[in-house]
Amino acid sequence: MTRAVIIGATSAIAQATARLWAARGDYLLVAARNSERLATVAGDLQARGAAQVEQVVFEACSETDYAAFVQEIWGQGVDVLLLAHGSLPEQATVQDDVEASRQEFETNALGAVSLLAAFAPRFEQQGSGQMVVISSVAGDRGRRSNYVYGSAKAALSTYCQGLRSRLAGGGVRVLTVKPGLVDSPMTAHISKGLLWAKPEQIARGIVRAIERGSEVVYLPWFWRYIMLLLKLIPERIFKRLPV
Amino acid sequence: MRSWGGLPEGEQRELRVGWQDQVLSVWRQQVLPAGCGRSYGDSALAASGAVLNTCGLDHVLAFDPASGVIRCEAGVTLGQIMQLTVPRGWMLPVLPGTRFVTVAGAVANDVHGKNHHRDGTFARHVSELALQRSDGELIRCSPKHHQEWFSATCGGLGLTGVILWVELRLRPVSGPWLDAETIKFHSLQEFLELSAASDDSHEYTVSWIDCLGARPRGHFLRALHSAASEAAPRPGVHFKVPFALPLSPLNRFSLKVFNSGYFHRQLAPRKSRRVAWPGWFFPLDSVGHWNRLYGRRGFRQYQCVAPAEAISELLDIIRRSGQGSLLAVLKVFGDIPSPALLSFPRPGVTLALDFPWRGAKTTELFKRLDAVVFGNGGAIYPAKDAHMSGADFRAAYPRWERLEQLRDANINSLFWRRVTGAV
Repeated sequence: MTRAVIIGATSAIAQATARLWAARGDYLLVAARNSERLATVAGDLQARGAAQVEQVVFEACSETDYAAFVQEIWGQGVDVLLLAHGSLPEQATVQDDVEASRQEFETNALGAVSLLAAFAPRFEQQGSGQMVVISSVAGDRGRRSNYVYGSAKAALSTYCQGLRSRLAGGGVRVLTVKPGLVDSPMTAHISKGLLWAKPEQIARGIVRAIERGSEVVYLPWFWRYIMLLLKLIPERIFKRLPV
Repeated sequence: MRSWGGLPEGEQRELRVGWQDQVLSVWRQQVLPAGCGRSYGDSALAASGAVLNTCGLDHVLAFDPASGVIRCEAGVTLGQIMQLTVPRGWMLPVLPGTRFVTVAGAVANDVHGKNHHRDGTFARHVSELALQRSDGELIRCSPKHHQEWFSATCGGLGLTGVILWVELRLRPVSGPWLDAETIKFHSLQEFLELSAASDDSHEYTVSWIDCLGARPRGHFLRALHSAASEAAPRPGVHFKVPFALPLSPLNRFSLKVFNSGYFHRQLAPRKSRRVAWPGWFFPLDSVGHWNRLYGRRGFRQYQCVAPAEAISELLDIIRRSGQGSLLAVLKVFGDIPSPALLSFPRPGVTLALDFPWRGAKTTELFKRLDAVVFGNGGAIYPAKDAHMSGADFRAAYPRWERLEQLRDANINSLFWRRVTGAV
């Protein structure tokens, strides 16, 4: 029986993924900031067939004692860790605001890095398991439209790359998930076009990538090529593109 | 955003919520709560143009596999409930023709199914629900507690408030299979006899009729739950209509050919088969966006209930008009009362047909049909309607005034404004 720990369990992608795990009867531990919503998610997963659902209120901020949190939830071990917490800021409102920019890094980069730093030795000792980290295509190239968020995700992606390399051969895998545009409450204010995917689609992709033991997965798949093209454009030209 | 029948009726924009605690914060103006957009006419279009979409409230709050009681948030669909509960020995006691409707939508339209003669409407199986009013009040109501709110909200077309969650009593079921039988009939009289003979023996009855033939003929379908308990394939969408053609391929000629072919598809006068629940309850769901078959102009569904004598007159009018329907459905309702204030099913025969929208020609036909329906004390289903006159509606649903009194002032639909004049 799989025991999965889901941080940021109230996010749309995390919920959709957790439902797939619940349906197959996994043991789940869910953590999120908002206790009321967390309880709703836990009840939902229980009703959908999870063997057991534990809930822990958790916030990724500078005051958090990450080591103690990981100590608390590690229990008998963790098979899959899903880091899905994050915030998508409005670029225009944060870019010239020192405090807000730091806050975004706190949530999207430092929180995840702190968790990974605390989890890594335990996984290493356990000698098995997967750490699944939700990063973003936004981290592949800095763009004027969302570089605060993007650079935090870039830091996270690079961190995962290094961690993967460190743990290679030790039985522990690190999967970096790079979703493209996702139709979720985080993006409810944006009007949707063809490139948008549903959280359920992303969730199925995550579960598939875990089964395959992938290292980096773009979801849906075509984002790998969109980002590849974007990365190939010389900076001199790219900087003038209104993207 | 458009209704299932393709009604644009001006701009409709969506306010979305993912959590119950967000409902009040986005609800700052007059809205209309709505779900998956499967209502055919204007009953799920907002008078203000602002729809509060509750599909994001999709959490199952509790399910007890021992008692079969399930509590779900408003946006959980009936298909999701079935997929969750059938493998554990329970199913929804009332299912409409599609699984892509939300539980709150099923309550708000007090939907019915092929077992209406045995189990009545959806509202009869609701044990409790939570209603958010725009003034901040949260009303938990049931058939015993705040009974008046309960009966106004069931069949209340979303007007009494935003339904946050619904608690239902499921029915036990031994497996996902049904033993179904298809019997051909060649007249309305034969249909009525088959129906009367099956009411006691069969839990589910419905029929498809060819409304374009020289005289009414069709397939009478009836089914019982099977004792077979092996797992059934997951329900799927086999084919999606990708877009609506500028012109509908469904015309007088193609419809006649289709109907005739469909009738003769089964050669034997009687045929039995074992079918899994998605195929029995939701045959149309395997074709995604079938409404697009009617082209960009869309279609109108006409669903009424009337005494049997009136049905034969209606079929006559339709045949002579030459405006046919792809799938016409006929079913005899039972007499089990619903707790809902405004419930469509009532004793009589219900007839449902889709007509490609041809503007004035369709309007003219509906006018003639309405005269027969309402002249015989019948009614039209608000969930399917886009044309019923205010006077006809108020005569068929005399308790509408009570619903109007309990309506949240910050909620209104285009339908309600049209038939009652309320703003």
